[in-house]
This record gives sequence, C-alpha cells and structure tokens, in this order.
Amino acid sequence: MNIVTARALTKNYGSVRAVDDIDFDIVKGECFGFLGPNGAGKTTVMRTLYCFMPPTSGEVRVFGLDVTENSSGIKAKIGVMPQEDNLDPDLTVLENLIVYARYFDIPKKVSSGVASELLKFVELQGKTGVKIGDLSGGMKRRLILARSLINSPEVLVLDEPTTGLDPHSRHAVWDKLNILKAKGTTLILTTHYMEEAEKLCDRVAIMDRGKILTIDSPGHLMQIHGGNLEDVYLRITGLHLLEGRLEP
Amino acid sequence: MNLKRASRVWQRNFSVYTKLYKSSIALNFVEPALYLAALGLGLGAFVKEINGIPYINFIAPGMIASSSMFAATYECTYGTYVRMTFQKTFDAILATPVNIDDLVAGELMWGATKSMLYGTIILIVISLFGLVDSPMIILAIPVLFLSGLIFAEVSLIAVATVPGIDTFNYFYTLLMTPMFLFSGIFFPLTGLPPIVTKIAFFTPLYHLVNICRSFAAGKVGDVWDLIWLLAVAVIFAPYPFRLMRKRVIK
Repeated sequence: MNIVTARALTKNYGSVRAVDDIDFDIVKGECFGFLGPNGAGKTTVMRTLYCFMPPTSGEVRVFGLDVTENSSGIKAKIGVMPQEDNLDPDLTVLENLIVYARYFDIPKKVSSGVASELLKFVELQGKTGVKIGDLSGGMKRRLILARSLINSPEVLVLDEPTTGLDPHSRHAVWDKLNILKAKGTTLILTTHYMEEAEKLCDRVAIMDRGKILTIDSPGHLMQIHGGNLEDVYLRITGLHLLEGRLEP
Repeated sequence: MNLKRASRVWQRNFSVYTKLYKSSIALNFVEPALYLAALGLGLGAFVKEINGIPYINFIAPGMIASSSMFAATYECTYGTYVRMTFQKTFDAILATPVNIDDLVAGELMWGATKSMLYGTIILIVISLFGLVDSPMIILAIPVLFLSGLIFAEVSLIAVATVPGIDTFNYFYTLLMTPMFLFSGIFFPLTGLPPIVTKIAFFTPLYHLVNICRSFAAGKVGDVWDLIWLLAVAVIFAPYPFRLMRKRVIK
C-alpha cells in the first residue's frame, strides 16, 4: 500500500526551480531515502511531504490526503526530524516534549508518560531538567528524534538525521531507527552518508538538480553498477553532471 | 484558522514567560517609574497642573497606555522575530497540526495578553500610589487587550517585512518614539499646530491615552476612541496573516 504518492511534483522558489516534475511512491512500512548533492531538492521534497509548504504544481498525497487541503490531518500522523536544531532553548528537555505534545492536543497526563518513555528510548532519561544549551550535539539530535515520536507517528520524516554526529551517536540513532522500522513505522529520510542509506533504506531515490535520476533498492543498484552504494551514487550523479555539461 | 490550535501557540509563549518573567518583570516597572519621578515630580514642580489636574496625576494614566503598548510591540517584534528566525521555533511548530494562520493568531493573542498584563500591573501600581481618582480605571483593562491586539498586529506586519532584526530600530525611532511623545501622555496636544493633532488621531496610542485618562478621572469619555480602536483592530487583522504566510512559507 502506498502511503505517499507524488505526481509531477514541482516547486519553484521565485524563478529558481528546486524540484522539477518528479514522481515517486513510498510504500507503507518501508524506509525510503532521498540521496543527492546539496541543492538537489531533497529538503524541498521533504518539506512538501510534511505540509510545510505547498507544491508549486503537481499532486502530493500522504495517507491518501492531499497536502494542500488536509495539512493538519496529515501532520497529526507524521513525525518530523528537521535538518536543523529547532528545540525550544527556553524550555528544559522534558518541557520541550510536553509543550510539543500540546500542539497535537495530547493532554499532559498522557504526554508526561509518553515523554519519559521516549526519553528512555533515546537514552536521555537522566536529563529531564537539563537546559537545551547544555546538551551535546548528539543528545540534541536524540531529543529531536524523541520529540518527533511524541504523537506515535505512522510516518517519520528525517532530514539528514545524523549529519554532524560522531560515529557513536550516529550508530545510536541508526539503532533507534531500525527499532522503529521493525515496529512498522514508515521512514522517509535524506542523507549524505551512503553507508547510512545502505544500512537503513529499502529503496533510494537519487536526485540531482530537482530531478530524480533513479529509484531502486541499494542492493539492486550495486548489482547493476558494481561497487558499493557510494560508487553507484558518484557514477550516477557524476554522469548526470557530465551530461549537463554537454548540453548546449 | 483554528482557535484551539492557536491557543497552543499562546500556551507555549505563556509557558516560557512563566519561567523567565522573574528575570525581566522588575524592569517593566523601572521605566514608567522613572518617567513618573523625572517628569511627574521634576517637571511637575514647575508645571503644577494641566486642565486642573496635578501634573503627576495627569501623566499617570498615560503610563498605563505606554507600558502596555511597549509590552506588545517588544514581544511581537523582537520576541516573534527571534522565534521565527534564530530559534526556528516556528519551523518546529509548523511540523505539527498547527498551521501558519494558527501560529499568527497565537502570537497576536499572546501580544495582546502581555499588553493587558503589563498595563494592568502599572494600573495597580499607580492606583496604590494614589495617582488615580476613580475605580472606573478597572474598565481600562479589557481596552488594553484590544489596543494590545493592534500593537501586536502592527508589530507582526513589521516582522513579516523587515530584512533583518536591526531594521526594528527604524520601527522604534520613526514610529514608536514619536507616538509615545505626541499622543497626549505628557501634555495636551491642543498647544501644538493642528497638524500634530490630526496625525495623533491616526495613532492607536492617542485614543488609548484618552480612554485611560477618562476612566482614571471617573468619566466615560468619548466613545469614539473605543470605536476607533475596534475598527482599526479589525481593519488591520488580515495583514499579519497574509504577510507572515508569505514570509514563513515561501
């Protein structure tokens, strides 16, 4: 069953075309990765999926609902881990979760229980009263992951979930994501780490300059092109660059 | 716009405020107290009376108005701008069922609430100092929410249009300070060229000062001041939504 369908999705920022007429489907329960160089349009795709901004043209449906018409309904069932740290610096670790839960209309009685479970899940249970500024980068990422799970989402959107993390923290996040996947959560992520995509993703879309160059499983891509996923990625995006250069 | 979701944004700001107010609330007394001391007592020693009212009593109701005005504008210019850009609080909120219109409504309601709260605190303080003649001043409290809404609307329009945080300097120097000085808080505008009165008529603070001063004296005052505030709050309302949508969503 498709949980996301995008048809002829296009997004312009002024005169700049960030996403150019792309189609893709994401199946319930899979981990789907968007790969591509900076500026390829990955974050823009993610932002349209979680209804942060409407597409310029084309149609995007999540849970069968149109993103431009049912944003609140879609967002109620999605968790978002953004690229940048946007935790509330005026609130403590626990308060960040409780206040966030309120946006989903989760009463405090329920959310405080869920919050302490989630803090245990991301191994921050000892940090409830700590200020955000006193957390390390890895702890912040884990707290953002916990926050994105506060509404028990069916779909988790992860924009570069482990960028800037040390290897230990990165593995810690991967472990958590694998647990969520095993529980049936659909994961949609962007990453610059091919190892991450190889470890987590069932299918990847390789993007460049707003276009999707290919959608396939990492295993099949490696089989066709040879080498590891990084080799495949470089070959595919590199070829595209070359083709681009030959264009008149 | 969904009122319940908007109230979640209001609640977030309230939660943060109740954590931090101890470090800032005292400062809000200092400025009006300084004006009352310097002008009320200092200048009042020479001016004595205006329209039969002792000078310090004349300016005291204006302090309610100006404190509540600045509470809303600081909150909804610098405060909102920091939440929108540096802290990315808006990005976090917009990933939840809360939409941009809910968010703007929550910010506006919070600005109006803070405006009412700060004006009320000054109202209580000057009443305790015996600078208010009538308990009718209590009627000013809901008016402070209304005028606070206008100040919040204007501030959010500024937030949606400024290129950077430094631009608020223009907002304060060219709009807020002249309004503060020429809204009849410190002297009746009748002594100035008629053009000043005409301009003052178009500022919300002028009408708020009139209302506070009337109530402080136990008079109903001119009902048109209230109608003016109501009308402007309604007329301005669509713009913060429209402009913030454009600024935040792209």
